[in-house]
Parts: sequence; C-alpha cells; structure tokens
Amino acid sequence: MTPQGYRGWLLWLAGLLLLSRCLPLQAAASGYYQVRVTGPYLELHTGPGRGYPVFYVVDRGEQVAVIKRRTDWFLVRDAHGKQGWVTRADMEQTVSPQGEPTHFAEASFGDFSRRKWEAGVMAGYFEGADVLTAYTGYYLNSLLATEIQLSQVFGNYSGGVSASINLLSQPFPEWRLSPYFLVGTGVIRVSPKVTLTNGPDRNEQIANVGLGVRWYLTRRFLVRAEYENHVIFQKADDNQEINEWKAGFAFFF
Amino acid sequence: MESRFCLFLLKPVALLALAGMLGGCAWLHHRDEPVYSENEPVIAPQIERRTITEADIDSEDFEIGAYAGVMSIEDFGSNAVGGIRADYHITEDFFTELAVGASRAGKTSYETLSGGAQLLTGSQRNLVYYNLSAGYNLLPGESFFGKSHAFNSALYLLAGVGDTEFANDSHFTVNVGAGYRFLVNDWIALHLDFQDHIFNSDLLGTDKTTHNLEATAGVSVFF
Repeated sequence: MTPQGYRGWLLWLAGLLLLSRCLPLQAAASGYYQVRVTGPYLELHTGPGRGYPVFYVVDRGEQVAVIKRRTDWFLVRDAHGKQGWVTRADMEQTVSPQGEPTHFAEASFGDFSRRKWEAGVMAGYFEGADVLTAYTGYYLNSLLATEIQLSQVFGNYSGGVSASINLLSQPFPEWRLSPYFLVGTGVIRVSPKVTLTNGPDRNEQIANVGLGVRWYLTRRFLVRAEYENHVIFQKADDNQEINEWKAGFAFFF
Repeated sequence: MESRFCLFLLKPVALLALAGMLGGCAWLHHRDEPVYSENEPVIAPQIERRTITEADIDSEDFEIGAYAGVMSIEDFGSNAVGGIRADYHITEDFFTELAVGASRAGKTSYETLSGGAQLLTGSQRNLVYYNLSAGYNLLPGESFFGKSHAFNSALYLLAGVGDTEFANDSHFTVNVGAGYRFLVNDWIALHLDFQDHIFNSDLLGTDKTTHNLEATAGVSVFF
C-alpha cells in the first residue's frame, strides 16, 4: 500500500471515530422506555461487564431512559445526560412511570419443554472421518419433531456432503435430560480426494436410525449428543453401514 | 297427529329453556352473594406485574462485520485474505462466531525456483474457509485515548471447527486464536485478530498437519 493509501485509511478511521462520537447526541431521548429508580440508588457502570467500575449513581425517585440491552446489561441515560450500563438485577429495582415493577421476560426450562423450533451445530466422527453438522427442527407436538440435517464429512480418501430429513420422537419432553430416537432418509454426495484418485462424485441414498439426548443448559440453549447408524444404498456395490457419533449445542425458540 | 308432532318438537326447546333458566338462576345467585375469604382484602389492588418484552428495549446481542489482512498458507506464501463474520453474544463472557473467508495461494519455493513447474492450476489456488467458533472475553476493560476519552475493549480467545476448501479438496479445520475488540462507541467495534487454521494436507506427497496463520483487521457493528 502506498503512503497515500495509508493516509486515506487513517483519515477514514479518524472520521469514523468522530462521527460515532457525535451520533448518540443526535438521538432524542424521548422514544426510549422510561423507568423510575425505587431502590436506594442505581449504579451506572462504564461498560457492560462485572469488572467495569461504577462511575455514577442515579438517586431514588429519578427517571432514566433505557437505550439498549446487551446480554444482561442495560445502557441507560439519566436526566443530566449521564449514560452508563446497569445490571439486570439492578434494573428490576425500578418501576415504570405508572408504578408497575420492572420485570424481564426470560426463557426458562418451561419454554424448553414447549419449544417449537430448534437449530444447532454438531461435530463428531463418521466411521473414522470427521463430520460437521448443522440442523434445524420443528416440533409437530411435544413428542414428535421433524428436522433437516446438513453434514460435511472429511475422510482420508474421500469427503462428502449429506442432507437428511429425520423424524424424532422424545418420550419424556418434561425431563431436563431428555432422550430421543430418530429415523430418517437423505442423500449423500461422495467426492474422492483429488490427490489420490480422480474418480467422479457419486450421489447415493442414505437411511438413518439413531438415538441421543438433549440437555437443557440455560436460557435458550441446550446441548445435544447422538449416535446414528446409516445405511448407504450404493449403486455400484453392496450396502455400506456407517456409525456416526456427534455432539454439539443448539438454541430453541 | 300434528299437535303430537309439535309437542315432539317443543320438548327439546322446553328442555333447553329450562336448562337456561336454571343456569341463569345459578349465575344470578352466584352474583348476588359473592364469597369472601378471611384472608383476602375486600378491595384487591389492581397492580399487575408488567413484563418488559423485547419490543420495548432494543436488544443488541448480534454483531456483524468484515475483515481483511494477511494469511500465510503453509508452503504457498503469505497472501491477502478477506472475510465476513457474524457473532452472537450469549453472556458478557461468551460468544459464538461464524466466519467465512477467502484467500488465494501463491507459489511454493519449488515452483518459483524451477521456473515453469506448476503444482496447482489457477482455480485450485483459491482457498475458501468457514468456521464456527466459541469465544471467551478473557480481558475486558477500557482503553484510554488522551485525557478525556475512554473506550471499552476486550482481549478475547477464539476456538472452533470448520472447513477449508483448497486445491479442490475439503479439509476439516480446527481454528484457534485471539483477538482485540475496540468499541468506538456502543455499537461500532474495530477488531484485530490472529488465528491459526490447522488442517491435514497431503498436497505435497506426504500427509502432514499444516498451520496457516492469519492476521486481520476488521470493523463490525452491533445490532
């Protein structure tokens, strides 16, 4: 890069810095959700984390505007324009201007057993090869779900991608550690390694049966681990049986 | 005959009317004498616990951005790399990141010295990777610029798995690294990242583990 090029980038960065500093001033405080402090005081931290120091306190009875939320921290601004981050626990020590106590809706275990959609990623072994899987599922009712799994397999001699549609049954939806069974079918595209052979890619049909467990972690997150037995119906050869072990995490909504 | 038929029709109507009357009486009776429990106040305060929904407060847990820098592809020299990333901040400590990047391999020393020999064709030199990582904000803090400006920043660790498409083959890849996030304001962040993309390759005859180091700078926004 030429010196002029570097100067251009630096100018652009400096401009961005200046512009971003001005932007919050332009935004009007009127559109934000307002709360009134009912605890002895409300502590404002300099950043959205437990280590950031408290630099200001808002007194009881004063009102603050809630500008945004990041994880469990809230950016608030008081009447004097002081802006800082407040923990969720402290925010629940406030009331709305009408006097209603503030309470935040959080996903809980109850939502886990009533979930409709689930999406996640898993990694593991596919008969000695590495495998990566992304999936998304929809719950028909509390016991039955359908899902689509997309996988990429990394073998020593060949790799491949597969797509499957599975039907899952979980007999105990109310358990925190909930087992399930699955059956399904799909297609797999096997590509031999270029450095070893120059064979063409093959598309084969695949059938899956498996069992696994889901473990509810916290909020909208869960851990999932499963074993699947696949049968690949090879056009040119006998059926091939594949054992697959994988685990990963997912979120639901 | 006709009157009997009418009677037959009237019977259910009469029964319905009777049922309705009984029900109505029961309802009236219930309304006339409200039951007071000993513990309950006569006038219950009309305070409802109001739950704040997502719509009330702008939640900014997602981050999206682009980056550019240098990637050293083992045996193939250091080359320009660029990519996009999307992050989800789960807690103040942990986040997940999906990154997709692309680079183009240069020549090996052998290719340069031999003059005309080519190990890979033009399109085989394209390298594209994706990875899904878990991140941990190891050292969150503040950076000071002069006397009156403080910026939030964090040094974070990243580790994940993914795929590297190189020389027409897919390679299962493990990525580990560290980065520095500098928040210009509460929604724009600048990044400096250093990552090692580790995968096995038999491109040069023997199967070996390759380390492909990447240094990038980027910008992202929270939304």
